[in-house]
Amino acid sequence: MSTLETLKNGLDATVISMPSGECRRRLEALGLREGKRVRKISGMPFCGPVTVLLDGRQIAIGHGVACRVGVAVEGAEERASAGR
Amino acid sequence: MSGCRDSKGCPGCPGSSLPPVDPKDPCDDRILLIGNPNVGKSVFFTRLTGVHAMSSNYPGTTVGFSEGRLRLPHRCFRLIDVPGAYTLDPTNEAEEVARRIIDEGAEVALIVVDATALERNLFLALQTLERGVPSVIALNMVDEARHKGIFVDVAALERELGVPVVPTVAVSGQGMREIVNRLGEARPGPFEPTDPDGRWRRIGKIVHAVQRVEHRHHTLRDRLEDLSVDRHWGGVIGALVLAFSLWSIRWVGEGLIDTLLDPLYETFWMPLLERLSGSLGGEGLLHYFLIGNLIDGAIDPEQSFGLLSTGLYVPLVMVLPYIVAFYAMLSFLEDLGYLPRLAVVFDSLLHRLGLHGYAIVPTLLGVGCNVPGILATRVLESPRERFIAATLISVAVPCASLQAMIVGSLGPWGIRYVAFVYLTLILSWVLLGRILHKALPGYSPELIVEIPPYRVPSLKGLGVKLWFRVKDFLVEAIPLVLGGVLLVDLLYMAGVIPAMAAFLSPLFRGLLGLPPEAAGPILLGFLRKDVAVGLLLPLGLTPRQMVVAVVTLAMTFPCIATFIVLWKELGGKKTAASIAIMIATALVAGGLLNLLFSLAEA
Repeated sequence: MSTLETLKNGLDATVISMPSGECRRRLEALGLREGKRVRKISGMPFCGPVTVLLDGRQIAIGHGVACRVGVAVEGAEERASAGR
Repeated sequence: MSGCRDSKGCPGCPGSSLPPVDPKDPCDDRILLIGNPNVGKSVFFTRLTGVHAMSSNYPGTTVGFSEGRLRLPHRCFRLIDVPGAYTLDPTNEAEEVARRIIDEGAEVALIVVDATALERNLFLALQTLERGVPSVIALNMVDEARHKGIFVDVAALERELGVPVVPTVAVSGQGMREIVNRLGEARPGPFEPTDPDGRWRRIGKIVHAVQRVEHRHHTLRDRLEDLSVDRHWGGVIGALVLAFSLWSIRWVGEGLIDTLLDPLYETFWMPLLERLSGSLGGEGLLHYFLIGNLIDGAIDPEQSFGLLSTGLYVPLVMVLPYIVAFYAMLSFLEDLGYLPRLAVVFDSLLHRLGLHGYAIVPTLLGVGCNVPGILATRVLESPRERFIAATLISVAVPCASLQAMIVGSLGPWGIRYVAFVYLTLILSWVLLGRILHKALPGYSPELIVEIPPYRVPSLKGLGVKLWFRVKDFLVEAIPLVLGGVLLVDLLYMAGVIPAMAAFLSPLFRGLLGLPPEAAGPILLGFLRKDVAVGLLLPLGLTPRQMVVAVVTLAMTFPCIATFIVLWKELGGKKTAASIAIMIATALVAGGLLNLLFSLAEA
């Protein structure tokens, strides 16, 4: 499964899984949750944060959390369901 | 007979008037100003109360809360600026404060909602409405939303939420009058409390019904926003911004000193001092306190150490220009919205020091003055993080006053001596951070932060902010400097400082390579560090000794103001630990520097 961390810059994706607990609450507070569409803006080097565009707003997410947010790339999901 | 009316009565004449009835304080009703961070809440506060509250692009400046009065023709309210929050299930201290204030209840909740991020903003709005507080909603930044292609149907939103909704542009004042007019229509929303998932479902339905989004092409601003957090360009831009800031602060600060303040002092103040000195006979107790010691028969503004000479010259001529330059720059970067981007750039470094990127904000504030820097560590999540950040600021972040004196005292010998000091401080900052991160149990929390869009700062906003910060400096620093100078004079007169110097002599001579007399100034750094550098000047130190002395001074103790706020923020035990760390670090760094210098000489 792709995560925000592995997602390529500039790609749109849908969030399909979230970390649990406190991280989840803080992400939700910023509007990030399952089913939301995001576009990856960048990932900083040396395990730096990932920046995504969510509802027209940039949000920076620390590396350790970004790799726990699962995403499905637009299109890839449809291909997968068609193949099933 | 119009000239004879007794309705007012005579003060003090029995029977002539009724005793004054103690009216119920007309300002007992509360209006809460509620909203996410970065929605322009503080601008509302300023507009509605006429009191200037600080408004910034990042959360943290209003932890605690500001209160002002909103006077209407027939009514007066206490307007309370609730700290910015994303949710009332608190994820940090500011949100905890927000929840507590809202749960205390109010006449009216004025909920400020950012039209450019309606969905996310409605979460807090619905939480407030579910609590049954009578509410009015300000749909702010509608101009910005339109620009982004986001259109919100205000009438439909009003129907969905069941409370008045007013479109506003707070920065220009649009919609303010209507907000005030409709405060009386405030009513509780028609929502039963629910869990987060249920609330998000409600929000999804509402947004679907009221919002229309058109696609807009990338603007130049969007591109700049993307570049600022770009993998490669982000760091480059960050480095350029910091380098340019430093250069311009130095340029403005020095320019103000050389072309304005020093000439003013020399032309207008100096002749007065000389006349006073002459009429006091050039010596005596009063002369000692007011003018200080004559250096080679003349008053030396930096070294005489009188209340009217050094006591005014240091804060007003040497330090104030740098304070103005620094805060002008910081306020500009703040209002521009650059600081959260700097947090992204610094995150991976700070993560290795047990912090996360946002700690760069308190650190930068600390470069102005450690006190607001340490207060701002409240935006960090864990006590561990706050301890590390506060300790690192106290140890390795010199405040603007101290830096002004460092540059002023070492600069004339050559820029490389100033560079030695800064390199040592930066290195200590990184190494000490690494050590604390490894030694303290726990982990570095993750950065999760919203990055607001770039905004062109308003000159008026910047002016107000700069004025408040400079005023704080003037009000708080000048009495402390004067008190410090007075105490220094008293301690020298009483012979306390030579005694301390003798006691600490082995440490200073052996470890730091400094003459014992340097002990006095370094210990007095506890009062104010800029004054302490002034005390080092007459000792005739070599440039290298001065570097060691200044580094030790910068790192050892917090100044008294910093000490008090450390104590308040961390508690006694952690403050003691923090100070022990400071002293140890200072001695190690000063000792190594001395060793390095003596090796270089050998």
